[in-house]
Amino acid sequence: MPDFIAEWLNQNDIFNAMTIMEYWDGLVTTVHLVFLSLVIGLVVAVPLAILRTVKNPFVSGPIWLYTYLFRGTPLLIQLYIIYYGVAQIPGIQDTFWWEIFKEPLYPALLAFTLNTAAYTTEIIRGAIISTPNGEIEAAKAYGMNWFLRMRRIILPSAARRAVQAYSNEVIFMLHASAIASVVTIVDLTGAARNIYSRFYAPFEAFIFVALCYMALTFILVFVFRKLENHLLRHQRPVNS
Amino acid sequence: MLDLKGYGPALAEGAVVTIELAFFSLALSLTLGLLGASAKLSGSRVLTGVATAYTTLIRGVPDLVMMLLFYYGGQVAVNALSDYLWETREIDFFFQFDPFISGVVTIGLIFGAYMTETFRGAFLAVEKGQIEAARAYGFSTWHTFRRVMIPQMLRHALPGIGNNWQVLLKTTALVSIIGLTDMVRVAEEAAKAERMPFHFFIPVAAVYLALTAGSELFIKWLDKRANVGVVRGN
Repeated sequence: MPDFIAEWLNQNDIFNAMTIMEYWDGLVTTVHLVFLSLVIGLVVAVPLAILRTVKNPFVSGPIWLYTYLFRGTPLLIQLYIIYYGVAQIPGIQDTFWWEIFKEPLYPALLAFTLNTAAYTTEIIRGAIISTPNGEIEAAKAYGMNWFLRMRRIILPSAARRAVQAYSNEVIFMLHASAIASVVTIVDLTGAARNIYSRFYAPFEAFIFVALCYMALTFILVFVFRKLENHLLRHQRPVNS
Repeated sequence: MLDLKGYGPALAEGAVVTIELAFFSLALSLTLGLLGASAKLSGSRVLTGVATAYTTLIRGVPDLVMMLLFYYGGQVAVNALSDYLWETREIDFFFQFDPFISGVVTIGLIFGAYMTETFRGAFLAVEKGQIEAARAYGFSTWHTFRRVMIPQMLRHALPGIGNNWQVLLKTTALVSIIGLTDMVRVAEEAAKAERMPFHFFIPVAAVYLALTAGSELFIKWLDKRANVGVVRGN
């Protein structure tokens, strides 16, 4: 370790091995929470988005209502309803669900997943309905049935159109996950709040986590840019 | 009928606080957005650099972290300034950095960055011929900006402003975390005291839903009005 860093670490009591471990645990919790909710949210959103494009209002209507409700209200309220609400469900404390839901992590995971699934459903639906008609006609002319058309033509083409909006949603979710600290989860923000209250040092505590989030954001931006280039490589000009 | 157990008036007051907070933040963000977009398009390297740093920094940091930083850090900074002024110049200066101000500053700063991008795109969408025509009429730069650019870019900016406003409205809920008694805070206290989370949070969620749905209609109407003179090709 360079001397000046060692010296700096010796001189301050805020960034010592203990607090850095706290930040690290917080980082792990944040990444864990965001990653799981995004993956589950995406898996839920794809079938919902397909069903949302179905003409039958009894199929698409409930999904519309779900996305409308979750996109029209703040995530904080959704989190509060789930976090405080599960304990009030009659009889839940006697079932095995209580073992899961008495940890704040799972209500938060559920709230984040439902929220991101609602936004993602609308993103994918937008991409599906903007599929050029010619692509669908061509697929039909080849004799593909609905399922094959969806799998081979519509979804891959929609994925290309959705990736940019989805990258925004991922970053939004990373930032929104900071509210997990409100329900006593020690994520990155939670670690900063603990360290702030211990040392009464707002700048050190919060600017440091702000930088951590910024680093995570830039990594995500970089990864998505690579992914976008990969998915859209057939559209690049020939001589470049 | 919905029985709010005596929390009705407090919830209504909280709703007013939420709306006030949203409007003040919107005003600040629109101002910052106009300044930011003007800076980005000014052609000056320093101004463009400052505006780019601003929008990049804001997009990397969660709103809650920034709010905590301004709320807790703002008071420490004000205290330090107040001590300094008293010791060096004997000026008695103090002010309380309350949650409302922190909320407006944070939300205004965050959405100012998004508005900057919205306005920048909208300014670029104004036809170049319009600016050339204004210059040919002898309009000064400021005059061109105010009489030609602003009215024409607003039409392009409106959908973006509308989207930002919808997100801003939902972001105001976060200010309850730093202790502002908005409707979320009142509902949380009521829900804990009465042990009835659904009973208090669902009406609050419904108010947010009504606000976002109402704004959607209003923005649609504004958009229709703003585009009245535009002939759309099919």
